[in-house]
Amino acid sequence: MREISYTDALREALREEMARDATVFVLGEDIAEYGGAFGVTRGLLDAYGSQRVLNTPISEPGFTGAAIGAALTGTRPVVEIMFMDFIGLVTDQLVNQAAKLHYVLGEQAPCPLVVRTAGGGGRCYGPTHSQTLEAWFMHVPGIKIVVPSTPADAKGLLKTAIRDDNPVLFIEHKMLYSRRGNVLEGDAALLPFGRARCITEGDDLTMIAWSWMSAEAEAAAKELEAGGVSVDLFDPRTLAPLDMAPLEESVRKTGRALIVEEGCRTAGVSAEIACRLFECVHEYLDAPIRRLASPDVPVPASPVLEEAMIPDRNAIVQAAIELVQS
Amino acid sequence: MGWTLTLCTTYDSTSVRDETRWENIRAPNSESKTKEFRLQGRTCMYRKIRCAMQELIDHYRTMLVIRFFEEEVEDLFSQGVVKGTTHPAIGQEAVAVGACAALRPGDYVTSTHRGHGHFLARGGDPKRIMAELFGKQSGYSGGRGGSQFMADFSLGFLGGNGITGGSIPVATGAALSAKLQASEQIALCFFGDGAANQGTFHESLNLVAIWKLPVVYVCENNMYAMSMPVGDAFAVTDIADRAAGYGFPGVVVDGNDPIAVQRAVETAAERARQGEGATLIECKTYRLSGHSRGDQRHYRTREEEARARAADPILRLREMLSADGTLSDEDDVSLKDEARRVVSDAVTFAQESEYPDPTTLEKGVFA
Ligand SMILES: Cc1ncc(C[n+]2csc(CCOP(=O)(O)OP(=O)(O)O)c2C)c(N)n1
Ligand SMILES: [Mg+2]
Repeated sequence: MREISYTDALREALREEMARDATVFVLGEDIAEYGGAFGVTRGLLDAYGSQRVLNTPISEPGFTGAAIGAALTGTRPVVEIMFMDFIGLVTDQLVNQAAKLHYVLGEQAPCPLVVRTAGGGGRCYGPTHSQTLEAWFMHVPGIKIVVPSTPADAKGLLKTAIRDDNPVLFIEHKMLYSRRGNVLEGDAALLPFGRARCITEGDDLTMIAWSWMSAEAEAAAKELEAGGVSVDLFDPRTLAPLDMAPLEESVRKTGRALIVEEGCRTAGVSAEIACRLFECVHEYLDAPIRRLASPDVPVPASPVLEEAMIPDRNAIVQAAIELVQS
Repeated sequence: MGWTLTLCTTYDSTSVRDETRWENIRAPNSESKTKEFRLQGRTCMYRKIRCAMQELIDHYRTMLVIRFFEEEVEDLFSQGVVKGTTHPAIGQEAVAVGACAALRPGDYVTSTHRGHGHFLARGGDPKRIMAELFGKQSGYSGGRGGSQFMADFSLGFLGGNGITGGSIPVATGAALSAKLQASEQIALCFFGDGAANQGTFHESLNLVAIWKLPVVYVCENNMYAMSMPVGDAFAVTDIADRAAGYGFPGVVVDGNDPIAVQRAVETAAERARQGEGATLIECKTYRLSGHSRGDQRHYRTREEEARARAADPILRLREMLSADGTLSDEDDVSLKDEARRVVSDAVTFAQESEYPDPTTLEKGVFA
């Protein structure tokens, strides 16, 4: 066990998987000498050379499409899309190509593609560099979605994503890159998809949060604990597949659920989780399931507006208290 | 008012910018002459241009404002006073100023992530631009857009864009609407070398060509897209050559020469207004600053930067103006003081402005 940053953990996953499997290669903008906008791929060029660490021009649909073609024909590409907002440009490639081809071409070839991208706000980067868009892709059959919040999850799940035979959208978070935590080496670091992580245990309410919101919820849970409210906090870690069983079991125990989401409220991930919970455990609920999410607005650049928009630990504490009192 | 005759040649981009020559010959009555010729397979312009000294002084003044504005913004960012991100146009002032000088009021301009200079050159209010960077209510977008999203529709300035290549289709649409409404407006579309590899670029150029829309494309080739040198991103030497693939002219000009840019845009704008269609003008220039805050610039050498700094468009224009006797040292000092005052007034205005009211967050999503 060593304590490293989320960024280092991601880099270790890439390094280890590139060393293990010569068909793994990375491509994206400014990922070679520059090491990527957030430094994740730093050093890979020196270690693996320019054949396997490909700097691309600013042509997201083109190079993501190329990665899909390469994935269908025997390699394991890992694409970096600098900011998640730019996923808008590659949505056709992901939705109409990557997610479908295995199925519609009669299961002849898998599409082992990973698309890594940095989502989320918190840095005042403005409307096209701050969005949280995982909900878009949860609606698409054939894409797995990973939303790690700790270095161990980042490393373990990225390694698993690279070995997975399906397209995986791997969503990192700008606010988490410097987060530190313990990680394991090699295969011991691997983590399966579809396994939620219980962060804190408690009886008063069930809280569900992922990515940056998981870290904020953890801080909120500590505060709530100090105030006498005990929280069963879960991080699903992957949204597709989504591990509902422990969440359902928790709600049977607590009777209350709060789902925290950085993305916009309408048709968000939390709507799906809430509905699934309701379908299975409605008779155990002591209060309506509560969603805490961003309002339905573009992410503004101004610090005061961005702060007002994105849920934080204080908003989580307040929502939790309201929920246990209801 | 005297006239100065300027001789500027576009250059062969393989031997780069040092080839560009300025000669100042007093020749009050000479006419502007343009000769186009092919050099190593590319179209070059050789022009003798008359221009009013006052025009050059005005260019110099605006270029100074842009330079000092961007330097101030870099400072404010590194002090953490201004948050988020910013992309300074330091070194690229001649493109913005030359291009905007060729436009008429009412013409449309679309900009990029590196757009403060474009906006200032188009007549944007430095105070409201600065306030936007501060995230204040008095900014052009009420603090919502930040560095990459500011516009002033009353100036025809349709805004920067946070998506590389994102505003290129907007220029197509503006030109289309001008054509549909039979106005005399044209659309000038600024974009970087990096954006020329987006699909939006290629699709837009084709649409504009087949619809014969009045667009002037101004590519600011500053030699890099973030860390990627143009030599790695293109298999052709000149981005201007791509125009041929869509059936309209492409020209290369010295982007550090405001007059070269201005005259090229004037010619292209005239063509566009006559209904003859688009032109792609590639302005070779250099981003003297880092891409954005925190860029260590490991992808290029300090020697290369020093060479580029020697071709700094502001220094060059200043040298030309003083060699010619148009600008005395005292004039220079007072122009600089004046430009610095514009910038410091903008900072004061931004500092003193209010932040937007957070309760307005959800207003205006729909019209
Ligand atoms: C679709 C998209 N991809 C990537 C980026 C990140 N990015 C911002 S500016 C930039 C470089 C743009 O290069 P260029 O067009 O040459 O403009 P310059 O920065 O040199 O002015 C990149 C990669 C972005 N904002 N949008
Ligand atoms: Mg560039």
